[in-house]
Amino acid sequence: MTPVLGLALVLVVGLLSRNPAPPPADRVVLLPGPEGKVGKVEVSTREAAITLDDAYRAAHISRSGKIAAHLESEASVRERYGAALEARPPRPVSFLLYFESGRDELAPESLPTVADIKAELAKRPVPEITVVGHTDRVGSVEANDRLALKRAEAMRSLLTARGIEALAIEVAGRGEREPLVPTADEVPEARNRRVEIVIR
Amino acid sequence: MRIHWIAPVFAALATWGGAQAAGEAGTIKTAKGSVTIERAGQKLSAAVGTAVQSADRVLTGANSSVGITLRDHTLLSAGPNSTLELNKYSFDATSHGGELDATVKRGSLSVISGKLAAASPRSVSFHTPTATLGVRGTEFVIEVADREMLP
Repeated sequence: MTPVLGLALVLVVGLLSRNPAPPPADRVVLLPGPEGKVGKVEVSTREAAITLDDAYRAAHISRSGKIAAHLESEASVRERYGAALEARPPRPVSFLLYFESGRDELAPESLPTVADIKAELAKRPVPEITVVGHTDRVGSVEANDRLALKRAEAMRSLLTARGIEALAIEVAGRGEREPLVPTADEVPEARNRRVEIVIR
Repeated sequence: MRIHWIAPVFAALATWGGAQAAGEAGTIKTAKGSVTIERAGQKLSAAVGTAVQSADRVLTGANSSVGITLRDHTLLSAGPNSTLELNKYSFDATSHGGELDATVKRGSLSVISGKLAAASPRSVSFHTPTATLGVRGTEFVIEVADREMLP
């Protein structure tokens, strides 16, 4: 009796000590954005694939490529990834500026925005600015791309003359690609004829 | 002596030109402890304001971290003992077309996707030693265990 039991015990202990699952090699956790919105990440290995599409959903991936789904929490994520999360750069922000109608001057209502831009720049140690010109849909796409870039360049000059400084100030023209107010083609819309100052 | 006046000329060109310096992907915005960039066989000490280029490898030491803003507003940040390889990066500020392909070799990386993923989700992918990630307008973290320390 006793020797058989002894043997059985040893076997079980032997099995137990070989069984604990090794920790996952890699993990991916989907996080909610500032307004709680959640995007999507598709994780695939040679063995398996999973789509993460709700907040704190995690993929734990073994060295052999097997994937197990888990649900983390705000607390567990902060504990495990706090250092990476604290190192996140500040999110970029945008301001809109308008020209006075037909002139290379700032519209009067845009003057206070220049002060807001300076305040935002002061908060960032190495801010970079992209001055992005936008147009309405009057004219061809190509002509509007050129016009948008010209407007961005003109606005950059106006801003640097007013003391706006940054690590870098680039220009870009987005033409009619991003209307604030969607319209049919060839319809004038002053609200779309704007310059966006993006600070990153 | 020529070198002294060429540098400010290039700096001026960088601010006046519409096109970015070739290969420049982004800028370090936060840094703590030891942050290094390996580029073309050289090791560079990196700090806030250092430019990051396509094909760079970024490494953080113990108790260290780094945050990088890419030109399309993808925000990357790595925790301690991490290695991030920026395999490919391109971004056209007019069309928002381009490509981001990066590998986390070890450590932790937080990602907030930017205009590239918003314009074309297929244009952004991340890798770990085992997995590939496709990204659709989103925030997430990646953790990669140190292969030498795995059981």
